[in-house]
Amino acid sequence: MGRKLLLDKAHIEGIRYYDVYRKNGGYAAAEKVLKNMSPDQVTEEVKKSGLRGRGGAGFPTGLKWSFLAKPEGVPRYLVCNADESEPGTFKDRYLMEFLPHLLIEGLLISSFALGANRTYIYIRGEYAWIPDILEEAIKDAHKNGWLGKNIQGSGFDLDIYVQRGAGAYICGEETALIESLEGKRGNPRIKPPFPAVKGLWQCPTVVNNVETLAAVVPIINIGGDEYAKIGIGKSTGTKLISACGNLNKPGVYEIDMTISVEEFIYSEEYCGGIPDGKRLKACIPGGSSVPILPANLLLKTAKGEQRMMTYESLNDGGFPTGSMMGSGGFIVLDEDQCVVRHTLSLARFYHHESCGQCSPCREGTGWMKRVLQNIENGKGKMSDIDLLWDIQRKIEGNTICPLGDAAAWPVAAAIRHFRDEFEWHVNNPEEAQRHNFGLAHYADPLPVVAAAAAV
Amino acid sequence: MAVQFSEEKLNKVKEIIARYPEGKQKSALIPVLHLAQESFGGWLSAETMDYVAALLQITPIEVYEVATFYSMYNLKPVGKYLFEVCQTGPCMLNGSDNIIAYIKEKLGIEAGETTADGMFTLKTVECLGACGYAPMMQLGKFYKEHLTRERVDQIIAECRAQAGN
Repeated sequence: MGRKLLLDKAHIEGIRYYDVYRKNGGYAAAEKVLKNMSPDQVTEEVKKSGLRGRGGAGFPTGLKWSFLAKPEGVPRYLVCNADESEPGTFKDRYLMEFLPHLLIEGLLISSFALGANRTYIYIRGEYAWIPDILEEAIKDAHKNGWLGKNIQGSGFDLDIYVQRGAGAYICGEETALIESLEGKRGNPRIKPPFPAVKGLWQCPTVVNNVETLAAVVPIINIGGDEYAKIGIGKSTGTKLISACGNLNKPGVYEIDMTISVEEFIYSEEYCGGIPDGKRLKACIPGGSSVPILPANLLLKTAKGEQRMMTYESLNDGGFPTGSMMGSGGFIVLDEDQCVVRHTLSLARFYHHESCGQCSPCREGTGWMKRVLQNIENGKGKMSDIDLLWDIQRKIEGNTICPLGDAAAWPVAAAIRHFRDEFEWHVNNPEEAQRHNFGLAHYADPLPVVAAAAAV
Repeated sequence: MAVQFSEEKLNKVKEIIARYPEGKQKSALIPVLHLAQESFGGWLSAETMDYVAALLQITPIEVYEVATFYSMYNLKPVGKYLFEVCQTGPCMLNGSDNIIAYIKEKLGIEAGETTADGMFTLKTVECLGACGYAPMMQLGKFYKEHLTRERVDQIIAECRAQAGN
């Protein structure tokens, strides 16, 4: 059994409510911080923990906090990014629905560290029932003296507000989120200035993911050094993985970052393998934006080492043979899935979600969608594959925000690893309408791994 | 019908505006548009948007800009029950295409259309963050997950029964 720090109490009946949460050790970390620690000491613990942003970028949280400008007389803000929209990702939803007080406690400690007296949770609009849960938790926290004025006699004031978005993937990008919170379209801002200097209403702002802020609670409870001992290398602590696609037991799992990808997919403790005894074809391990990997490269790196569920190991080999931890949205494709069709579905998503500000992304995502539509519908030409490659290269790196990259990478990786499947669609347009390519002409087969997978 | 929030809703608007510092009431726009859509028939007419602009003391164009950007705002009337079915990758891997086809057949409408009786609108949407419980759709405030043909039949029957009461 791996160590659990976030979901260790998730099974306790009524943990959603204040009394039960408090009785089970809740708000102990907040108490410790408000009574015995200075804001800088809190930041120091977070730095020591090695915690990295859990939203997708993996940037060290303590370092991000230390960039926050602190000019005299200007308010500072903490914004919790709960705009979870990356396809394959549904972990923050789980935390907010079942452990709202863990998030509130994390927000309290983090706001104290940053000197923020007004903190916003920006939640995606479609999670329409969750603001009620959060607002009830906020109300109870107020009632019990964990929010409001002079919290627990510390002299620190804090109010937390929930803001619903209204359906826009782009608002998960921190500057787009800030724009949206200001009541505008979610168009990302040009950086610099970074939010740490000019963020919400032009004031210094830190934007952190839900899971990141929740993780601050166990870090304070056990200490940054202890937290850093869990995991491998720079992948410290635990990570929530939302597993989906073709799996026997999809869902949200907390892993300490010491297990292998193979164990995660096949062991009974986690996803329990693939339904109907089917074989693994491919996986997108970190949310739809990260490169898809064929089974052989997913389970073993190009060097032949076992691939682990860590930031470094998932990235091993870079984009040619690796992928990324990303948001932890773990999407599994079984042998009967069509990579072209799946890539088209993601291309349509990015086209729909492009804010339209930068031409390469606005136009390029539409082209990629249409070219993929042709290939999928039996109207593709061989030159379309090179055209797709060309378009994605012209998007990547040429946009204000990373949505352009996020749209380009899935297409690039699909062609890189499954080019023969695209070619098969072009050469066999009618057959491609009737059945999927399967594993028969597998892009880069390593039968050893497939055999192990079948056990 | 003139567009006008009830006293209770106006108090809610005041409460929302109080979440932001003095003079930053434009931040209330997205939550207030949600409130307006709920209150005025499930969509935002030009009249509704102008009303919200006046309420928040911003120009109408600032409201139009936002209303047209976010996918949850409906800019034309929708049926009493709006089926927003996810079609993105993870749902697709679990058969969302078949579910969408079945709903179309069952209701006799295409995506983006409303049934003649004004009861149902079908909309295909992109990832709603329920990938582990796919295929799924949003119906009003809540999610309907693990959809099958039988589950769809049941949901439609429940809606009809509820509307009949």
